[in-house]
Amino acid sequence: MKDSPAHFDIDVDGGIMRLVVSGDWRARFLKEIDERLRDFADDSVGRDIVIDMRGVERLDTAGAMVLQRTLYACDQRTERSKIVGANEAQSALMDQIKDHLAPCHIMPLHRNAFVAMTVRLGMGVENAYKAALELLSFIGLTLVTAFRVITQPRRMRWTSTVHHMEEAGLDAIPIIGLMSFLIGAVVAFMGAKILRLFNADIFTVELVGIAVLREFGVLLTAILIAGRSGSAFTAQIGSMKIREEIDAMRVLGIDPMEALVLPRVIALVIMLPAIAFIAAVLGIIGGALVAASAMDISLALFSARFQETIIINHFWAGMIKAPFFAFVIAVIGCFQGMEVEGSAESLGQRTTLSVVQALFLVIVLDAFFAMFFLEIDF
Amino acid sequence: MSASSKHKNVIEVRGLRTQFDDFVVHNELDLDVRTGEIMGVVGGSGTGKSVLMRAIIGLKRPSAGTVKVFDQDFYEANEKERLSVERRWGVLFQGGALFSSLTVAQNVMAPLREHLHVEGELAKDMAALKISMVGLPAEAGSKYPSELSGGMKKRAGLARALALDPELVFLDEPTAGLDPIGAAKFDELIVNLKESLGLTVFMVTHDLDTLHAACDRVAVLAEKHVKACGTLDDVRQTDHPWIQEYFSGPRGRAALSAKAS
Repeated sequence: MKDSPAHFDIDVDGGIMRLVVSGDWRARFLKEIDERLRDFADDSVGRDIVIDMRGVERLDTAGAMVLQRTLYACDQRTERSKIVGANEAQSALMDQIKDHLAPCHIMPLHRNAFVAMTVRLGMGVENAYKAALELLSFIGLTLVTAFRVITQPRRMRWTSTVHHMEEAGLDAIPIIGLMSFLIGAVVAFMGAKILRLFNADIFTVELVGIAVLREFGVLLTAILIAGRSGSAFTAQIGSMKIREEIDAMRVLGIDPMEALVLPRVIALVIMLPAIAFIAAVLGIIGGALVAASAMDISLALFSARFQETIIINHFWAGMIKAPFFAFVIAVIGCFQGMEVEGSAESLGQRTTLSVVQALFLVIVLDAFFAMFFLEIDF
Repeated sequence: MSASSKHKNVIEVRGLRTQFDDFVVHNELDLDVRTGEIMGVVGGSGTGKSVLMRAIIGLKRPSAGTVKVFDQDFYEANEKERLSVERRWGVLFQGGALFSSLTVAQNVMAPLREHLHVEGELAKDMAALKISMVGLPAEAGSKYPSELSGGMKKRAGLARALALDPELVFLDEPTAGLDPIGAAKFDELIVNLKESLGLTVFMVTHDLDTLHAACDRVAVLAEKHVKACGTLDDVRQTDHPWIQEYFSGPRGRAALSAKAS
């Protein structure tokens, strides 16, 4: 079978245009010819036209569509305009297409760019305001639910809570421990290099101890948990929302706050301090190992100095922040999950938002704690 | 005419065995779908109707047996051969499976762009044609899938399946979840499209009315293989408890009398 691409010739025969078409009129061959056919149609508006299809070897809906379009663009619906030479199958196809030539909308209508931008800005501000309000009310709702469950401990969902403690907490220990160990080592290296200039190598102990206990241990844990579990919470709850599971729970009389949100929040509030503790210990071990190998601070000396100079306040200053971070991460993860609507795209946006907001709030909170501790000399 | 009409069977399944771990869904399953017919596949829940469709369109590798579509074993074919087979079929998934980040019109244009490299005005016209052919209003083109009702999603999914003018169309429960009027219209649409475009249709369905209204032949899946295959009247004669209950139950009789009247 020869595949000659779509082709047309124009004849004028006694005031009537003849469009003689031949070749393979299937979609793949129409790209080149479509533009020329449009030009032809534009030039011939209002004239009578006969389309001669005798030479058409193959035809699909796209080919039939462009031919019908040309016919209708040219003629004024006089009797003389017609299609000739089509075989039975082709004319059946042409007839089928005839009623479906109306163009359709491709994209939602766009307004003037400036107006659209202003509208977007306004909507962004309004949405931010609304989102802040909704987040606040969600926090309130979580707290109310928590109090209700505390007064009626039977309503506590232990299985789910323990499951999330394992998934969000226990399973995260290896990666967080390793990261913290390395951070401790890096801090010790940096400190050693600079402190040596002042002949104050021994202060590496304080540097590592205070930095890891007060900040790095807990902050690193919170950041990793926000990326790891905050996003998972959003994705889990969000996909349940898409599949109407949340609605199903509501009509079955199960409170999603109680069944989904509270177990996750409690799990993180319990587990994040525990992991932060492990992270702090590993960070200090990392620092101590570097001090022993790269400097002349033996492990015994490190430990003696540590006990002598690091007061317990540093430890508490770090640990006290952990449950607050955990609460923020879990609540935002669940909140964003509940806000998911309809499409997979919304789920993706919400997951991103959940991690970004959680990280932002964790760091803002951390700054507040730092100022607070400074003021009270803790 | 197209090369496929030379051989009678568009789909040939021989000795198909599919399984999930230890759970065998199909065993020794044979099925032929002839050119130009509408084949309806029925069976109880869990008999693997959708799995059979997935095995044929190359989404579920069989653990034994062969599946040939257009004389080509999809699982043996190389990249290029696969692509040429994929261009010749269109698939409508149960929920429509529209890309949620694209409008309906863009969904229909996606295969045109990917496979035929058709873009611009021509692609828009072709999308408009397909959207109109499946009975959607022109305004539906600019809507996102999440703004559509279930029936409209199916129609939009069908428009996308038809974008490349396929010779073979797979439909997974096309009328499930539609109201009876919408379902009847969908049946009519499929028959119409089959007549005018010369389609071969492989349809998984539960809908007895669809079987009566649209299908030329019916294959019944039971006990891991095709228990009966033929015209509706032939299949109804088959002496098998599930088949008897299916066609002679209240709904089966209602559909039959609706057809007769």
